[in-house]
Amino acid sequence: MREVVVVDYGAGNTHSVVAALGRLDARGRVTSDPLAIAGADFVILPGVGSARSAMARLNNTGAAASLVERIRSEGSVLGICLGLQLALESSEEDGGVTGLGLIEGTVTRLREGRVPRLGWEVVEPWGEAFYFAHSYAARTPYATASADGVTAVVEHGAFLGVQFHPEKSGPAGLDFLASCLSRV
Amino acid sequence: MPLPRLIPCLDVARGRVVKGVSFVGLRDVGDPVELATFYGALGADELVFLDIAATPDDAQTMLEVVTRVADVLDIPFTVGGGVRSLDDASRIIEAGADRVSINSAALADPDLITRIADRFGAQAVVVAIDAGEGVVHTHGGAVATQVATIPWAVEVASRGAGEILLTSIRHDGHREGFDLELTQAVHDAVTIPVIASGGAGNARHVAEALAVADAALVASIVHENPQGLPGLRAEIQGLGVALRPLRRHHD
Repeated sequence: MREVVVVDYGAGNTHSVVAALGRLDARGRVTSDPLAIAGADFVILPGVGSARSAMARLNNTGAAASLVERIRSEGSVLGICLGLQLALESSEEDGGVTGLGLIEGTVTRLREGRVPRLGWEVVEPWGEAFYFAHSYAARTPYATASADGVTAVVEHGAFLGVQFHPEKSGPAGLDFLASCLSRV
Repeated sequence: MPLPRLIPCLDVARGRVVKGVSFVGLRDVGDPVELATFYGALGADELVFLDIAATPDDAQTMLEVVTRVADVLDIPFTVGGGVRSLDDASRIIEAGADRVSINSAALADPDLITRIADRFGAQAVVVAIDAGEGVVHTHGGAVATQVATIPWAVEVASRGAGEILLTSIRHDGHREGFDLELTQAVHDAVTIPVIASGGAGNARHVAEALAVADAALVASIVHENPQGLPGLRAEIQGLGVALRPLRRHHD
């Protein structure tokens, strides 16, 4: 059974990501241990909570440095929602937060429509609906898919980030996670 | 703009799904985990579980239900009822719920909204407003407060709520349509999304609600005929509402 490290930064809902991995016959290990992050076949940086407290926790545990080193050595990382946003250089959330800087780009507050943006949106050019729940969004030259003009997918080197929640997006989400694991 | 959502609501008491009329006269309608997976597979966009017993004994039972649901469900779900503190909210979210819904506790301690939002993000906090005769009610709709509905909606949004679950007490359980006027007024007063609740009797009612709200809560119409959910979705779409496109089943 493949082991996937799900990075723990103390914001709660890692349960759903681990449950989704279980449906794909992969075992999710929830930890912030830098050595586990460095050595894993695949790492997921999940997304719940606020940018400032997440970054503080990642820095304090050494997980941040380990993620940066992992990407530098071409180790795969999937960032989900806040996990995508943390991978960029900076965010306007919480009065301004420095991110991991794995990818060029910034995170800005959504300024159109109802915020938080909650619900299903069709991701283009994929043509399938996924579940979004966010108030901030990524601005980066490495966006490869969008939903109603908002960055939905970011890909650069060994990093793949999604603004939607694949673990909450039904069969389409599960297929997406399966394709991520099959690349490893 | 996200697609309008159809959200089955499962009222839970002592670990079972129940349904009443105007919050009284409870009937057992099924097992929460079984119903949740069924609705998830048939095209619910999201689910809400309300623990309507919400006694201290019941809180533990509810946490077990949340954990079991999170293990099998692959769409988002909200849990409400009995959430009185940041610790209560944390336990429910850590057990696998995406969001918590708070009601009386938000009235008693409005700062609780902000504390949960700061910890888990605004999207994790739903404030349930049970409204009737222009004011907010507590205790499952039984007790009227002095708090006016629209100003309260504005206040919860400003304190960091990510969504409002608006129930019209008078319409709830009667299946004669939603309170569209109230829903429109609350929706116009805030910039966070609003879930319309109370009164869904048919597809037309839901389509009307989705014209003035971001999501519609349904209960009896789906619990009485769970297999009818895809048909209900199709009818709503036939009335011009763009619900999310579902995948065809491969089996």
